Amino acid sequence: MKTSTEDTQDHSDQSERKHWLYRKENLPKLWIIQIVILLLVLLPEFFIHHHLYFEEQGFVLDGSFGFYGWYGFITCAGMVALAKILGIFLKRKDTYYDE
Amino acid sequence: MSEFMISPGLILVLGAMLIPVLNGGLRALLLMSLPALTLVAVWMLPADASLQVAFLDYTLEPIRSSVEGRLFATVFSIMAFVGGLYAYRQASTAELTAAFIYAGSAIGVTFAGDLLTLFIFWEIMALGSTVVIWSAGTPSAYRAGMRYLIVHLLGGVILMTGIVAYALDTGSLEFTSMQADSLGTWLILTGFLVNAGAPPLSAWIADAYPEASPSGMVFLSAFTTKTAVFALLVGFPGADILIPIGLYMVFYGIIYALLENDMRRILAYSIVNQVGFMVAAIGIGTEMALNGAAAHAFAHIIYKGLLLMSAGSVLLMTGKRKCTDLGGLFQSMPVTAINGIVGALAISAFPFTSGFVTKSLETSAAANEGMLIVWLLLLAASAGVFLHAGIKFPWFVFFQKDSGLRPPDPPANLRYAMWIFSFLCIAIGLLPNTLYAILPYPVDYQPYTPDHLVTQFQVLLFAGFAFFVMLKLMRRTLTISLDFDWFYRKFFKEIGGEFTLQSSVAREAREQQAVALLNQLIDRLYRHHGPQGILARAWPTGSMVLWVAVLLGLSLVLYYL
Repeated sequence: MKTSTEDTQDHSDQSERKHWLYRKENLPKLWIIQIVILLLVLLPEFFIHHHLYFEEQGFVLDGSFGFYGWYGFITCAGMVALAKILGIFLKRKDTYYDE
Repeated sequence: MSEFMISPGLILVLGAMLIPVLNGGLRALLLMSLPALTLVAVWMLPADASLQVAFLDYTLEPIRSSVEGRLFATVFSIMAFVGGLYAYRQASTAELTAAFIYAGSAIGVTFAGDLLTLFIFWEIMALGSTVVIWSAGTPSAYRAGMRYLIVHLLGGVILMTGIVAYALDTGSLEFTSMQADSLGTWLILTGFLVNAGAPPLSAWIADAYPEASPSGMVFLSAFTTKTAVFALLVGFPGADILIPIGLYMVFYGIIYALLENDMRRILAYSIVNQVGFMVAAIGIGTEMALNGAAAHAFAHIIYKGLLLMSAGSVLLMTGKRKCTDLGGLFQSMPVTAINGIVGALAISAFPFTSGFVTKSLETSAAANEGMLIVWLLLLAASAGVFLHAGIKFPWFVFFQKDSGLRPPDPPANLRYAMWIFSFLCIAIGLLPNTLYAILPYPVDYQPYTPDHLVTQFQVLLFAGFAFFVMLKLMRRTLTISLDFDWFYRKFFKEIGGEFTLQSSVAREAREQQAVALLNQLIDRLYRHHGPQGILARAWPTGSMVLWVAVLLGLSLVLYYL
């Protein structure tokens, strides 16, 4: 098993160009690609009628425009925020239990 | 039935005893052929096979064929085969032997027709898995393994107590569908749930598994929790209490994984999350939900094994396990990265992967039962899976910042193992009917509808968008998160330490008091009886004569009077 960083780290190669993904100028392109994909998956909303599972209970929100998109986004943002808040109380240095 | 039958699990358990005595090619052959033989034995067993043995007043059934058992035994055998391939070059003899005994006893559970047989295999699993953890050979693995063993022995005691109470109640040891309505059945349910990673003891998974060796954790991720899913599936289908427990596990896994920095601990929390889906589905209890739980368990073992093989390869090649130390590895470990991403897509239930065709059975079952809240929570959790495992793991390990590490891909056997599992993840996703055909109940479900495809893409891609938008909030820190294990790792330890301290102070004070008393006594004796003591002094003759004269004088005076 290789454990020392010297084995794996490549200090010498200054000439090696950074990978495409890591170049600063490409960052806006990556965001644009992402947003284009998001718009593409929203496109079918205009043609597809979603199956409503809970119509009998009077819940029709899952038929609203892009429900699965915004619901996924909001709940994920909520979970990240919740984790952040709980982290204030739960996080400890990773040497906390070391004897 | 009178014909000779051998429990398929015993092939692995007994065959594992040969691993230490064989080396090189013969050992590799054994490691490959034992799981293959087991798989054949599982499928050769007739559908109505049953071996009954009288024991005291009870009837034991060490072998009983069931559709659920066959399904779980199948995926356990596949796991043992591919896990063996992944492990055989670099894992220690002890780890390989223990892992195969562990796998075999898990298969033993799936064929157990009575609770006593189940319990015996259950405990062999606890011992085998503990040895797998210890095989990492580090002090932290030793301590984590000890904590793991204690939790599982506790679970075992609860289970055994429940079995005794159940046998006294009903006069039967048969392992069959039960209602949690008596002390015995409640204890049995609790014993099963301990192994499933249910609250409050969920912490043992993320505490112990990541301390195992790279291959050790691959084995560990597959058997214990999924055997518990099997036991719940057969023993307590439709038990309402399982729905809230499962939902709690789902969100517990997401939140803790989001906070975690250790790549394999992220995946450990994700096990709790995934088992939570299955537990909730078992609680829903319809045929579709139970099919969903079984299918999800099948698919989960494969993609979670794949994810841990990918993480294990990174650990093996870099010696690093924290996200803060990793990043940019896709450049030099493309095979590991690609397979890790396939596993990540499968666990997120991306269309055309195994997760998509299995997990959707569970969410649809909730919808069909009109359980709105459960459905909304499961949908949010599906998005959360992509967040905490689907993107977080590959992103922080293979992409994010460039750590400068340039390790090569792992040796060939590890790469082949990953390719096999990647292939299965996609094959199940493309041909779901093969898996549907061996589920417990007939499946009337079509995962590939335009509606389902579109909604799933929307949920996942917007969840991914949320990840990148909030990336700053998820900056990795060198931290762990407190959990219930704080009580037994810190609270009671500190209390115990404090008690030791206080009691030793008190004891010292008592001791000093006693010594002081004794010294005082000796001093007094010395004062009176010592060389200068009043009672031991040498008296001069003159003073004696004087006192005799005084006494005589006094007696004369008295006589005269």
